[in-house]
Amino acid sequence: MDIVGNVLPQVLKDEATEDKGEMARLQSFVGAIAVADLVKTTLGPKGMDKILKPTGPGQEMTHITVTNDGATILKSMYVENPAAKILIEISKTQDEEVGDGTTTVAVLAGELLREGEKLIQKRIHPQQVIAGWRIARDVALKRLRDISTENDIESQEFHNDLLKIARTTLSSKLITTDRDYFADLCVKAVLRLKGSSNLDYIQIIKIPGGTIRDSYLDDGFILKKQITIGCKRRIENAKILVANTAMDYDKIKIYGTKVKVNSMDKVAEIEAAEKEKMKHKVDKILQYQPTVFVNRQLIYNYPEQLLADSGITVIEHADFEGMERVAAATGAEILSTFDAPERKDQILGFCELIEEIMIGEEKMVKFSGCKKNEACTIVLRGSSIHILDEVDRSIHDVLCVLITTVKNRRVVWGGGNSEMQMAAACDEEAKRVQGKQALAIEAYARALRQLPTIICDNGGYDSAELVQNFKVELEKGNLSYGLNMNDGSIGDMKELGVKECMRVKEQALLAASEAAELIMRVDDIVKCAPRKRERA
Amino acid sequence: MSLAFDDYGRPYIILREQGSKKRMKGLEAYKSNILAAKAIANTLSSSLGPKGMDKMLVSPDGDVSVTNDGATIVEKMEIQHPTAKLLVELSQSQDAEIGDGTTGVVVLAGKLLEQALTLLDKGIHPLKISDGFDRACDVAIKHLETISEEIDIQANEHEALIQAACTALGSKVVSKRKRELGKIAVTAVLDVADLNRKDVNLDLIKIQTKTGGSVEDTRLISGILIDKDMSHPQMVKEVNDAKICLLTCPFEPPKPKTKHNINISSAEDYKKLYQQEQQYFVDMVKLVKDSGANIALCQWGFDDEANHLLLQNNLPAVRWVSGTDVELIAMATGARIIPRFQEITPEKLGKAGSVKEVQFGTSNERMLVIENCQCTKAVTILIRGGSQMIVDEAKRSIHDAICVIRNLIKDNRIVYGGGSAELACAIQVLQYADEVSSVEQYAIRSFADALEGIPSCLADNCGLNPITSVAQAKARQLQENNHRIGIDCMELGTTDMKEQRIYETLSSKKQQIQLATQVVKMILKIDDVIAPDDY
Repeated sequence: MDIVGNVLPQVLKDEATEDKGEMARLQSFVGAIAVADLVKTTLGPKGMDKILKPTGPGQEMTHITVTNDGATILKSMYVENPAAKILIEISKTQDEEVGDGTTTVAVLAGELLREGEKLIQKRIHPQQVIAGWRIARDVALKRLRDISTENDIESQEFHNDLLKIARTTLSSKLITTDRDYFADLCVKAVLRLKGSSNLDYIQIIKIPGGTIRDSYLDDGFILKKQITIGCKRRIENAKILVANTAMDYDKIKIYGTKVKVNSMDKVAEIEAAEKEKMKHKVDKILQYQPTVFVNRQLIYNYPEQLLADSGITVIEHADFEGMERVAAATGAEILSTFDAPERKDQILGFCELIEEIMIGEEKMVKFSGCKKNEACTIVLRGSSIHILDEVDRSIHDVLCVLITTVKNRRVVWGGGNSEMQMAAACDEEAKRVQGKQALAIEAYARALRQLPTIICDNGGYDSAELVQNFKVELEKGNLSYGLNMNDGSIGDMKELGVKECMRVKEQALLAASEAAELIMRVDDIVKCAPRKRERA
Repeated sequence: MSLAFDDYGRPYIILREQGSKKRMKGLEAYKSNILAAKAIANTLSSSLGPKGMDKMLVSPDGDVSVTNDGATIVEKMEIQHPTAKLLVELSQSQDAEIGDGTTGVVVLAGKLLEQALTLLDKGIHPLKISDGFDRACDVAIKHLETISEEIDIQANEHEALIQAACTALGSKVVSKRKRELGKIAVTAVLDVADLNRKDVNLDLIKIQTKTGGSVEDTRLISGILIDKDMSHPQMVKEVNDAKICLLTCPFEPPKPKTKHNINISSAEDYKKLYQQEQQYFVDMVKLVKDSGANIALCQWGFDDEANHLLLQNNLPAVRWVSGTDVELIAMATGARIIPRFQEITPEKLGKAGSVKEVQFGTSNERMLVIENCQCTKAVTILIRGGSQMIVDEAKRSIHDAICVIRNLIKDNRIVYGGGSAELACAIQVLQYADEVSSVEQYAIRSFADALEGIPSCLADNCGLNPITSVAQAKARQLQENNHRIGIDCMELGTTDMKEQRIYETLSSKKQQIQLATQVVKMILKIDDVIAPDDY
């Protein structure tokens, strides 16, 4: 720590670094733009997929993922750059909040920063840029809300909107060829929820084998469990008792108990008492007169045999979610005590038919004709587990978007229409604003326009020409026009039926602006010394 | 230098293991310390003011946070230099005492040290410098009190409080929504404030964060939000006219604290014990139910059987509610915390308008909102934002704003911001300097220069020419005898901070100057640093 001349003493820990001003800004721009560029090629109906290969030792090494989903790609990437981490973070939030648009949000933030970098090079203060962006964001948001339309939730138009939205969302995924089929499937599943937003009730079961087309929506409910050996495989008009109780060794929960006996006879007696206790419990269960008994926990042989003897079909070891779904679907109450058989009408669930079915190689239990029809199951088939995983992610995206639409009800035209309209609104605003902020507003419009441009580029079309023609159409007053990615032209979205959920766009816009602003405000990056890892 | 020679010329060692220790003495030590401290102050100085920039901090585990809050920055920088650590503590003590102005205090200390360095070069003894700073500090504080103004916090729907909160929020990433957030903060503080005692218990304001939405969606809940859901998925999701039973005992058979064994020696014992166990659950639920409660919140877990009995008795319940939440709920609903089932009585129940489960986004996360509590003595601010980093930063910003409002309720005297108060003090200190005939005069003059450093730093961050704008402001303060002239950071066209309504609390400003002076004095007293080599 010798000081020679003006050398600064070391203030931070070894290996810690601090970058200031230009250097810091450069770092965050480079990082954020790199991440955006990485996922950019997955955008739009002609976007490409990515293979993710895990690193590190072990079995997982071999399990690769093929995906088009922005959040999945970004989540699995390991990045060092802090600004890149922020982009990944917003993509994750987008996934949690609306479920789709995860690529859009990262790309938009990246494009904003790319424009921001140019402005900084022109010596415009970052705060001025931010001030301009804030104005632009409000204008864009207002336009987005203005152009969105709303239909009554019960009406046929709304139902059509949902179908269109589902188709649009699916068009950028692996299953784009079968999108009509899947769109219909997803809409039906969501409508069953009757406005509730609990995705738990839609179960997705993936079974390798067959083709994607063999996937179907089961209006019943499928539990990925088997009926215990020795019970009936098909029950009609089933009365179901759903329980979460110990049916193995039911220990007494009083603290500190200990069996201490002085002869073998006593042991036998206690064993008998234990058995009797279990029998007692089974008797109590029998008082409810169920025909099917589903338990979350294991059922040992003895009680199982008792139940089977009384002609009750037993399903054991159902996982917690499965059990909740069974309860929701059949209108059963989840029991842990069995002292109120007089309430059995409320407690027991009902469904018309329970049967064991085979899908591919696997045996499952299907409940159909349930009392409450909220829960349903989507059975996905496909030739490999990678495809199934990707289809699962796509379906999840669609379901999320649909549920968001059901909640919010506002829709906009797709095909880049909303982005172009927002950009136009920003450009108009820029004409009215005095000062340097106007440059930032224009930059914001350019960044928005970048989204349709990238979609064109990904499709291999002449983006510059298309986007300009698009702009002209909007200027002419054809407000429902958009990119027709089937043949690389500008077309009326009304005819093509391309719609998107307004809420997804709104959230993407808000999150991307906030993230870009956050990164823009940084002028100093301090990296602490990495924590030393103990080698195992 | 720690080697000495005895009468025979043999060396002997004064400092043990001196080879493995590093040592600095005298002027070298002063300068090294000052430079290290200045390095920190330099990093922070660009965060000062409404146009200040943020810092991005990467933790040892690679987590990123972006912040503008001085105390947070220095805390997360993981500083190792001993003197620089003093500045970290300085910022943190300002945070603990006042809650705001954590950047300003470090910047001021940096400016003072800068001045001290030139004085040291002139050959003035460090203690003389620190004496001079001390006297100048007294003058500045006295002047601050004379220029401070009392404001009426009640007037015009608490307009003054909102303005002060806006000033505090102005420099943060949430500045776009500063007025809305300021209002939220003011309402929150006023809801829980005890205006007679002029005190605010900040524990009563719960700040809950949740990513998603945008900062605009941040809202105030006049009740409590807890990150829990009902213990059984089929319990009712909404209870109106809730009578809340707050329990700190688990719905499980009791566990006596003394270690014991129950020996079962016969089948009868076994059966009896089983019955007793069953009875426990029935009794517990019955006791709760009989008291008239229609919802039970418990700090501990439930046994499956108890859980189901609760459902069967139509008694929604929540388990694993955290201790702080239990206390908050108790205060808000007027409930008494009940440690034993036997002690449940109707009067101990809390009352609230409604308790309901709400869901966010597509991921299956639910929270419980307790609204319209009997005594709205506790509120929750629910912060939303596009990403974890924004939400975290918004939380820190709102904390700052809340602290400012609390300080104003405690002491309603304010000074004007925008560097005007510092400038006014600098002018006063400079006048005083000329009356001092000893060496300290130089130190006092330097103190004034350091105070001017704050407005100059502000101007610098806003892209104004620091020297011209400070000179102009100073000249106008003197000519017009108006201590409210400062730096026009937002380019609103006026330098009168009263018109811009930039309020800062007197207590915060006072504390800043005092704390900074103290730390600088302490650093100036160090003339020898001994540290182990591998530190």
